[in-house]
Amino acid sequence: MVNLGFTVGNLKFKNPVITASGTFGNGSEYDDFIDVSRLGGIILKGTTMEPREGNSYPRMAETPSGMLNSVGLQNKGIDYFEKNIYPVIAAYDTNVIVNVNGSYVEDYIALAERVNKLDKIPAIELNISCPNVKMGGMAFGTNPESAREVIKAVRAVYTRILIVKLSPNVTNITDFARISEEEGADSVSLINTLLGMAIDIRTMKPSLSTITGGLSGPAVKPVALRMVWQVAKAVKIPVIGIGGIMSAGDAIEFLLAGASAIQVGTGSFIDPGISITILEGIAKYLSDKGCSDVKEIIGLINR
Amino acid sequence: MAKRIEDFKIKENLRLNNDLFILELTGNNQIPTLKPGQFAQVRIEGSPETFLRRPISIHDVDYERNTIKFLIQIAGKGTKRLSNLKQGETLNIIYPLGNSFSLPGENEKVLLVGGGCGVAPLLFLGKYLQLKGYKPEILLGFRNSDRIIEYNEYTGIGTVYLTTEDGSSGEKGFVTEHTVLNEQHYDHVYCCGPESMMKAVAAYCSKNDINCEVSLEHLMACGFGVCLCCVVNTVNGNLCSCIDGPVFNTKELKW
Repeated sequence: MVNLGFTVGNLKFKNPVITASGTFGNGSEYDDFIDVSRLGGIILKGTTMEPREGNSYPRMAETPSGMLNSVGLQNKGIDYFEKNIYPVIAAYDTNVIVNVNGSYVEDYIALAERVNKLDKIPAIELNISCPNVKMGGMAFGTNPESAREVIKAVRAVYTRILIVKLSPNVTNITDFARISEEEGADSVSLINTLLGMAIDIRTMKPSLSTITGGLSGPAVKPVALRMVWQVAKAVKIPVIGIGGIMSAGDAIEFLLAGASAIQVGTGSFIDPGISITILEGIAKYLSDKGCSDVKEIIGLINR
Repeated sequence: MAKRIEDFKIKENLRLNNDLFILELTGNNQIPTLKPGQFAQVRIEGSPETFLRRPISIHDVDYERNTIKFLIQIAGKGTKRLSNLKQGETLNIIYPLGNSFSLPGENEKVLLVGGGCGVAPLLFLGKYLQLKGYKPEILLGFRNSDRIIEYNEYTGIGTVYLTTEDGSSGEKGFVTEHTVLNEQHYDHVYCCGPESMMKAVAAYCSKNDINCEVSLEHLMACGFGVCLCCVVNTVNGNLCSCIDGPVFNTKELKW
């Protein structure tokens, strides 16, 4: 038996396969396809204090081996979450993590305080990297001072495990990873989507209502892998790798680069069972390589 | 109904014209009872560039032969690839997805309105209504007589009215200009086609106090309510075309 578990702070994950925010709904959408409780963790759709309608249609455009989205954090707000979603997801035997968003530092603080009271939510992922909102989001994650301010403020009120989700739309992502570590984050996850755009030459108009959007899918994997490798060398806290992971092989590349765990995102749209396939593939790979613990390969290329 | 991911075998790939084709698929497992209006998310195999699934309406289903049909328009690289599928090849689909058309009230007079490839979900709906004892009439619009597809399939369901934009078959003009709309009063209209056509039909129905349902074709990534890309602006806010639709009563739509 290969040990697949890892810990972030004092929080144990049964394996390193987590599903990425915005690609896994609230988990229950996948109940017809997989046993969600087999996953290391699930990160729920980005949540804000107030309900949000998101951006206008069209919000998605397929690009070569990737997709652009500009959903814009559509969600029903924390009151709805507590009343209707929390009771359902509390039944999952996995780490259920809330992705926390806001327009102002005060929104992040208020939401972190609310989620802190929910016993079945052992961690939050602080989203300072959403590229599709007019205020907040990536604005925090691309400015070192703003990033420090919001992480510090949330750390002061949030007592459980704090993961900071980083934006790749910066000159040097390791600066933001170090700031997260200095301000007491327990882990960083990266990358959020890369800012991109597409134009429909038939209509001569941008493909997205917002003109720009976030690129995800296999197209971003090499960039994500490079950033994860850089960040893993720059900080001591566990790094969670995200970006275009479509197979166990992709996931293993991230582990070898230094990620302690990975998130599966866009891949779940095409194959709703892909997270479990990846989990099983990692276990088989380790077994074939004669490893008894996944930790044996974490950051192996850097040793 | 539980959603499934299953491999189907291509039984036939029938080319109708330059850009329309029908895939007939055989299930490896028994096909569950489907509802008209539902769709499937079809995987494009061997094409990492077009890696998202394509949402395709259920065009027809035959439970005894365990087959379903998709009527597909070649709109880009993904559907082009589907058009090249050969008999015996495998197609992976997630289904059944979406809501469905509602049943009309008892003794209601029903009209199905379709244009071009938009007739896709209407054949299944027509057969379903016929089976339930309704006598649907059908109004179809095409660009010209060469573009008419599956005419005989519809005449087997009920009276068919036809328009072509150039007048080469049926009445000349758009579906909303057909004289039958002035001569008959319908209680329930089901419509699928280009958005401009659906909007015109919705306007006619609204003016004449007719219940109208349309099936929308919005871009989507997942098809099961997760990505939130396929939203439709409704009186109840942004709703997902994949789980709250694709069928909407036009009263709900902010058109």
